[in-house]
Amino acid sequence: MPVTDYKPKIVAFCCNWCSYAGADLAGNNRLNYPAEVKIIRVPCSCRVNPMFILRAFQRGADGVILCGCHPGDCHYTSGNYYTRRRMALLFSMLDYLGIERERTRVEWVSAAEGAKFAATMSDFVETVAALGENKRLEDLRCKA
Amino acid sequence: MQSVTRKALIDRAAALLADGTVNRVYGWKKGTFAYDVTPALFESAEELERDFVFGDFCGANFSKYLIAETRRKDGKVLVFLKPCDTYSFNQLLTEHRFDREKVYAVGVPCEGMADINKIRELAGDGIADVASEGDKLIVHTLFDGDIELDAAECLAERCKNCKSRRHVAYDELIGEEGTVRENGRFDQVEALEAMTPDERFAFWQNELSRCIRCNACRDVCPACTCEKCVFGNPESGVENKAISDSFEEKMFHIIRAFHVAGRCTDCGECSRVCPQHIPLHLLNRKFIHDIDRFYGDYQAGAEVGSRAPLVDYTLGDLEPGDAVKGGSAHA
Amino acid sequence: MRKCLLEKKNALLAAMAAVSKLYVPVDGADKQAAFAEWAEGTELSKKLNTNRSAKDFFFPQSEDMMKFRVSGKKLEIVDTRSEHEDFILFGVRACDVKSFAILDTVFLVDPIDTYYANRRAHGTVVSMACTRPAETCFCGTFGIDASDPAGDVVCWEDETYLYLTAKTEKGEKLLAALEAVTEPCGDDAADGVKALAKARQEKLPLAELKPDAFGGGKTDAFFNDPAWQSLSEACLGCGTCTFVCPTCQCYDIKDYDTGKEVIRFRCWDSCMYSDFTKMAHGTNRPTQLQRFRQRFMHKLVYYPENNGGVFGCVGCGRCLSRCPISMNIVKVMQKLGGNKDA
Repeated sequence: MPVTDYKPKIVAFCCNWCSYAGADLAGNNRLNYPAEVKIIRVPCSCRVNPMFILRAFQRGADGVILCGCHPGDCHYTSGNYYTRRRMALLFSMLDYLGIERERTRVEWVSAAEGAKFAATMSDFVETVAALGENKRLEDLRCKA
Repeated sequence: MQSVTRKALIDRAAALLADGTVNRVYGWKKGTFAYDVTPALFESAEELERDFVFGDFCGANFSKYLIAETRRKDGKVLVFLKPCDTYSFNQLLTEHRFDREKVYAVGVPCEGMADINKIRELAGDGIADVASEGDKLIVHTLFDGDIELDAAECLAERCKNCKSRRHVAYDELIGEEGTVRENGRFDQVEALEAMTPDERFAFWQNELSRCIRCNACRDVCPACTCEKCVFGNPESGVENKAISDSFEEKMFHIIRAFHVAGRCTDCGECSRVCPQHIPLHLLNRKFIHDIDRFYGDYQAGAEVGSRAPLVDYTLGDLEPGDAVKGGSAHA
Repeated sequence: MRKCLLEKKNALLAAMAAVSKLYVPVDGADKQAAFAEWAEGTELSKKLNTNRSAKDFFFPQSEDMMKFRVSGKKLEIVDTRSEHEDFILFGVRACDVKSFAILDTVFLVDPIDTYYANRRAHGTVVSMACTRPAETCFCGTFGIDASDPAGDVVCWEDETYLYLTAKTEKGEKLLAALEAVTEPCGDDAADGVKALAKARQEKLPLAELKPDAFGGGKTDAFFNDPAWQSLSEACLGCGTCTFVCPTCQCYDIKDYDTGKEVIRFRCWDSCMYSDFTKMAHGTNRPTQLQRFRQRFMHKLVYYPENNGGVFGCVGCGRCLSRCPISMNIVKVMQKLGGNKDA
């Protein structure tokens, strides 16, 4: 891969109870993960409406990742089960429209998994960086 | 050609009006030409006799009108429902959208509806009249005389791939009951899935670029019953009356289809009304097909009270990452 | 008048394209006609008319008006105007040509809409007479003669020739540039086609539809007519009729904040929408009946009242074939007009 200074913009929706705490733990443990990741804290992963994902792309994101509690561990018992179904369908639809499937991801990260959080983000950023800029789900007005 | 006659429907409706079972009838009203049939209310036998039609262009699904009809008015309304309309009817009941007590539903069999756009494609502009004769349509044109068309070729896409001729709800049925049918309604979805992402992107880019954001697909949809749509609400931040960037056409159509995912009965009204002929049903059917593959077969509206797949879950559901990789026909 | 052999039509279009950008009706993947830029090899649509009207060229569905950028305490206003290129519209039908005149009465009166005015100044309209109208056509109702349309250049086509005549200065300039690919002919050369077109129009199913019951001063006669209830009953409140209509001219001006700057754009709006002309106190037409009535009263009563009796409909028939519930201005005219003596 040619060396470029291209840095993808990544939005990570993290649930308050597990994944956001996981990100915190990564920080406390001085684990590095790419600075391109911008975290948005949500009360539960199921708070994320498909519109949020699309809006992130509209506003210039090159990749969007959604992190929540592991299935079975949801603070609200079942929120992430709904997330799982919604995102499965949404991502499949994006793929159907010809939008690169690697730009979207769901990962379950617990409050104890600081290392997993850092590793997940590093891997996701690398994947999206390899894809390059988001062209298929972009809003040109926001890129001017 | 439909198996029940206009007369049979009028006679029954007039009798129900006369004995006070209902005080109005939702039916199809004849237009200026053969095909421009309008949904309308009829309040007397005379009105029915004068304007009521039932034929190959009575595609409109009346289920959604029941929301307004039962909310604002007293007494029972008679509504004619074709088999596919009864699925929407049940789905709306499941969602508590109208008052069942105020409706008298009469099931009518349907042999499939004709698509005037297909007739225009085959016979050209200038359709003075269309007559149905057995499995033929006789098109009287303005300048080319009569053209005989194969009725099957003029069927609306949704009727070609009709999923059911069985009514799932009615108070009484006129004519013969049909059956759930084998159909190829997911063939086109699978054909798209088999394409490369570049081809799919090009396909949808081309189709969606024609969208004029008239919102007809949303407004006709029996599953779209929000009091205020996010796309029609200036406070939502996404209300855009026109498509100023191609992003907006994707956003609108993804969200429109997503919002009815698991609730869409595949009645096909969205594609019927699209003035720009965008195959919107291919978005809805993608969700339906995915739901069937991921979570087991589910037909919205098949029964009242069933739990829609997106408000349900199992502990072992597919992971979103696998949905795309393993769940679809393409690797 | 000049003429050009039909087999040399391609050379004629090439000569037009050499003058400026040329848009012609072309069939798309959806098998519907739409205006598209002509290039060598472009095949013209055989459809009577384009699915969308031609008003897009002068009054696009969405256009940026300006941008605002803020840096510190400074507000910069950026000019985003793009309507400065000459273009030719080929094959516009009589109804759509007339719609430009109606839009002109809205946009070219004081204060002049300079976006629209610039587009009009840069556009040359080449119209085409209709020899094969459709059953939904009723331009004759509003006094439009599809056998002899307006336009900068008017064309007629028979089996052998395409005839062209200039009706404006702009048209004469264009015809002068086409001299190499056309030959002169008598002014009566297209009379045969005109007669055919006329005869066919007179036999159209809607030929008898008359607008006489409507017009300026008829507000009281129609406003409270109980028929509006049944006419609007099934209306979905979508914007199809207004967006395919060549004369609907309502728009909204909105701001879009991209995060870096604010784009001020205008886009078509529809009186059928519940948030149309919404203001601080809410909306002034809260029911669909009122919104529905507004649209038809505007075309048939208010517009003629303010514009010397000219109706705001050109009878192109698009709403007849596009409305999801098949309700349209013809049905409204038949129902309401039938209730009143002209």
